[in-house]
Amino acid sequence: MTIAGAVQLTAFLLVLLATVRPLGRYMARVYGGERTFLHPLIGPIERLMHRFAGIRPDDEFGWKENAIAMLIFNALGFIVVYVLQRTQGMLPFDPGRFPGVPPDLAFNTAVSFVSNTNWQAYGGETTMSHLTQMLGLTVQNFVSAATGMAVLVLFIRGIARHSAHTLGSFWVDLIRSVLYILLPLSVILSLGLVSQGVVQTFDGTRTIPFLDRVVDAGGADVPSQAIAVGPVASQIAIKQLGTNGGGFFNTNAAHPFENPTPVSNSLELLAILLIPAALCYTFGVMVGDTREGWAILAAMLVIFIPFVVLTAGAEQAGVPSYTGGGVGMQASPGQPGGNMEGKEVRFGIMQSALWATATTAASNGSVNAMHDSFTPMGGFVTLVMMQLGEVVFGGVGSGLYGMLVFVIVAVFVAGLLVGRTPEYLGHKIEPYDMKMASLLILIMPLLVLGGTALGVALEAGRSSITNPGPHGFSQVLYAFTSTGNNNGSAFAGLAANTPFYNVAGGIAMLVSRYWLAIPALALAGSLAAKKRIPASEGTLPTHTALFVSWLVAIVLIVGALNFIPALALGPLVEHLLL
Amino acid sequence: MMTRYATALRDALRKMDPRQMIRNPVMFVVEIGSAVTTILWVQALTGAGEAPAWFIGAIAFWLWITVVFANVSEAIAEGRGKAQAAALRRSRECVKARRLTGTTPGAGHEDVLAGDLHAGDVVLVASGDLIPADGEVVEGIASVDESAITGESAPVIRESGGDRSAVTGGTRVLSDQLVVRITSEPGGGFLDRMIALIEGAKRQKTPNEIALNILLAAFTIIFLVVCVTLLPFSVFSVHAAGQGTPITVSVLVALLVCLIPTTIGGLLSAIGIAGMDRMIRHNVIATSGRAIEAAGDVDVLLLDKTGTITLGNRMATEFSPAPGVTPERLAEAAHISSMADETPEGRSVAVLAKERYGLRGRGLHEASMHFIPFSAQTRMSGVDIAQEGSAGVRQIRKGASDAVKAFVQSAGGSMPAAVERTIQDISRQGATPLVVAENAEILGVIQLKDIVKGGIKERFARLRSMGIRTIMITGDNPLTAAAIAAEAGVDDFLAEARPEDKLQLIREHQREGKLVAMTGDGTNDAPALAQADVAVAMNTGTQSAREASNMIDLDSNPTKLMEIVEIGKQLLMTRGALTTFSIANDVAKYFAIIPAAFATTYPALGMLNIMGLGSPASAILSAVIFNALIIVALIPLALKGIRYAPMSAATLLRRHLLIYGVGGLIAPFIGIKAIDLLLTSFGLG
Repeated sequence: MTIAGAVQLTAFLLVLLATVRPLGRYMARVYGGERTFLHPLIGPIERLMHRFAGIRPDDEFGWKENAIAMLIFNALGFIVVYVLQRTQGMLPFDPGRFPGVPPDLAFNTAVSFVSNTNWQAYGGETTMSHLTQMLGLTVQNFVSAATGMAVLVLFIRGIARHSAHTLGSFWVDLIRSVLYILLPLSVILSLGLVSQGVVQTFDGTRTIPFLDRVVDAGGADVPSQAIAVGPVASQIAIKQLGTNGGGFFNTNAAHPFENPTPVSNSLELLAILLIPAALCYTFGVMVGDTREGWAILAAMLVIFIPFVVLTAGAEQAGVPSYTGGGVGMQASPGQPGGNMEGKEVRFGIMQSALWATATTAASNGSVNAMHDSFTPMGGFVTLVMMQLGEVVFGGVGSGLYGMLVFVIVAVFVAGLLVGRTPEYLGHKIEPYDMKMASLLILIMPLLVLGGTALGVALEAGRSSITNPGPHGFSQVLYAFTSTGNNNGSAFAGLAANTPFYNVAGGIAMLVSRYWLAIPALALAGSLAAKKRIPASEGTLPTHTALFVSWLVAIVLIVGALNFIPALALGPLVEHLLL
Repeated sequence: MMTRYATALRDALRKMDPRQMIRNPVMFVVEIGSAVTTILWVQALTGAGEAPAWFIGAIAFWLWITVVFANVSEAIAEGRGKAQAAALRRSRECVKARRLTGTTPGAGHEDVLAGDLHAGDVVLVASGDLIPADGEVVEGIASVDESAITGESAPVIRESGGDRSAVTGGTRVLSDQLVVRITSEPGGGFLDRMIALIEGAKRQKTPNEIALNILLAAFTIIFLVVCVTLLPFSVFSVHAAGQGTPITVSVLVALLVCLIPTTIGGLLSAIGIAGMDRMIRHNVIATSGRAIEAAGDVDVLLLDKTGTITLGNRMATEFSPAPGVTPERLAEAAHISSMADETPEGRSVAVLAKERYGLRGRGLHEASMHFIPFSAQTRMSGVDIAQEGSAGVRQIRKGASDAVKAFVQSAGGSMPAAVERTIQDISRQGATPLVVAENAEILGVIQLKDIVKGGIKERFARLRSMGIRTIMITGDNPLTAAAIAAEAGVDDFLAEARPEDKLQLIREHQREGKLVAMTGDGTNDAPALAQADVAVAMNTGTQSAREASNMIDLDSNPTKLMEIVEIGKQLLMTRGALTTFSIANDVAKYFAIIPAAFATTYPALGMLNIMGLGSPASAILSAVIFNALIIVALIPLALKGIRYAPMSAATLLRRHLLIYGVGGLIAPFIGIKAIDLLLTSFGLG
């Protein structure tokens, strides 16, 4: 890693950390039902929505009612997105005259956006009408993120409460998340992006004549080029903020209309981790001890930073066989060096490596460089960040409740080690809680490894592989790692728009989102019902450096142990073969 | 010794029955793996195997050994109790009982077998007889040999009424005879429960054990998926690399067994049984494993003052003579008045007089003395001595200050102000003043003091460092209680406590979410014992106290709770330590097996063979052998438990993570390498 790289990383982390407390406190106020400076503006809209939907803001429900509410809401979202895609040819706002999307792709895309995955088996600007993009995909960008946040808030209340039978209301928290948090932040970010040149228009594809003479393969003149534009900035803002990641364009944030400048890149990068990081502080406020929130954020950073450094180091070092071939990959006053294949020159190694680590850590999935072109170790990092279960930042909401489940496992084993029935923030951890926590940890490796096994065993899966050797294996592993963790980033390379990957990936996304959210809510319900255990000398503090290290070890070991063989056959051996 | 291990091995083989194994999911998977590799071995013997027969055979052999080792650990843990239980059971066989046919004292009796006695029957037990079943003494007093259950050879007294009326089936009356009303149904007696507990037959899994089992099962399922999916991964990789052969099923099984937490899975039940056994060796019978575990979590400990914190009785510690009275005169009067006082307090006065002033009560004619015993009405005791000649009668009294004051005043005397002050001083220090008077003259005050047991303060300090608050319960007034509490170093006290106050106190703490432990022996303790989370009854206590408790201390030592707490904590720590160790081990096993398994497909993965193991075959075998041997190596730790020293939770965690976490990471690297060197030197692999 170069000095310039180190400076960029440090500056990014400092800015991120500076936002944690103000945004975290603001969100805690929102979810606590307290007044904020936005209430005079948004309060009336919120009340109107409550009245329209028949929601009584003071109603509270248990975990089951909330889980059912979440499922119904998401099922409706799925139907809307699916139908919109299938019928977009008959609907307005289709300047590109795109026909209806085929069923398997429509299924995959609907699941993908509803589950906050935003895996894109299609090229947005060549497949989806403006109406589908805005009413289907962008709306889901908001509400799927808000779903994750609402589930998290219900989960946090489970930890904050004692001897309680309710967790709050999914509907109320969902609306709060959209109106008070996601919308205002999106407006600010969209304006910032537009200022950098990100396009925002309802016009269709522009046809622009070439300045120079261009000929096609047959030698015939090509008179003009088609340049896709559309309502980009508004979608980009929320896809970054809501850890969605589904870009307007196929090349995502590498596209100059999505991400034109280093400034826009920094803003979008910050937006990836902004809410997940601040939610840690919100958690601390809501459970009445901000140290607990900082501890979790610390654990995330302790994992995140070394992986950024590893990626940046690997990309900066480049590929030895090129160096042998006389290609200079060393940084020098004349050039920044490193492996620039698949990277944008306006971002360089560090911004690409940082983005790749952040987007896979945070379950965002947007890309500003092609992960497929990373060195094996760089690709290894993106895989590992997802395989840790998307708990290092993770999806908005879902990442933190995933991490809290790891905290409960860590507390359980640590509790045994100190000779006391494990307890976390005054809740005794009992068999039912371990059952739910185990379920949460169990599902993901099952999906990822099972899916990959199918992918490499079936001809339908193998035929999409575009690279030979271990890299081909990495492509399939990446696809199921991404869908099985609701990340949505793509390794590219793999021809993913096939019935097999659309259906298998769709199922992986469905299961990993809802099979995890439901046990998480059940766990929250169980925790809330428990009596408070007062802390004593024998209670293990969970905000110390020691506990943070232990938590990091648990996350790394549980993640690493499951995937070592698969990683060995993919990026590791590829690296060793370099 | 040899027979013990032989028995354990036999029991271990009997436990191989899959119907029994399935209760332990981790080891059940190993057993299935053993069976699968055995079949593969037979196939290889016919020449159609996926690998050389010796290699598959060696894996199969060591997998079976892994299962056997796990069962041996359980069998050894059970074995200790089994012999004890067998002896107990023998002692019960063919016991005859004399059941009374009527309720009148002269009623006749019939001989029945002990097993036919039911609750409510009344039996006569003469000297030399075994008491046929648990019961309550309704008539008589006798010395009873309870060594069969306590191991203590000194006989104890059992008598009707009061707190020493409970007798236990299987114990022997040494002298006199008792009439006992049976309180237990056949098979439900204390001894039966004890036998069942010792044998481990009725051991129920505790909540923490269940929670841990769930986590271990989750790990097992994950690793099962890891290994099953590795087969298609490997087939694909062979295709992609264009060389090598896919991973064999026997290597996959070996990898699976190495990865799943067999160390903790194999030792888990032995840890639990050993915990119960450790209790028994501390002479505590726990009626549920749950209670042992709960003991490790206790926040508050309620202790009766008398007998627990202080020696059973108050003792004379000081003579404070009235103005104008020599200490010798006071001591002499106190001594004489106590000569017939056989209470411990009275004796302590005599002892103090003897120690301080060498008085032995010589030269007094017992015949001329008339002793007046203590009564609740007079609240004094004393002696009237007829003087030789006509000097009148010496009336010496000692007792409560107001009673003696009244006595002196009725004889025309008065209480000197200095003595009043002494009395107040003594009361303020938490001691009891006993005023001595002769006729109309106050001679002085004897200070009776509760003697706090030696070393008790340190024990409470130790409890505090475990995070346990101690609360002393006493019938004394708050002043006295506060003084003793300060001296003994308890955290809090409940003075002038009635039984309902104890119950109230326990409920209050439980409402705050705390876990309360209590010791007790009397019938009036029973409600509080039933309410407490961990209730330890003294074996000398009443039947109702014993029934309300979930543990019985056969030594009747109230500070035993400390050991119980430590055993509870040890139990959890041992499980936690072995779980951490087991999972940490996997890292090294990957380094051994992954490069070996893909040696033909991706020779480049040989870079991961950082241990430099001899060959793929020896690497895989070494990992499997290490995995089996580590179980045996850790059996002593599982049985003995991790040593517990009170310290803060954070310090404990740091220490145990270093030993079992970091140690668990490093140990297998060394172990596997050593085994590999051995195998290679024998020319294997």
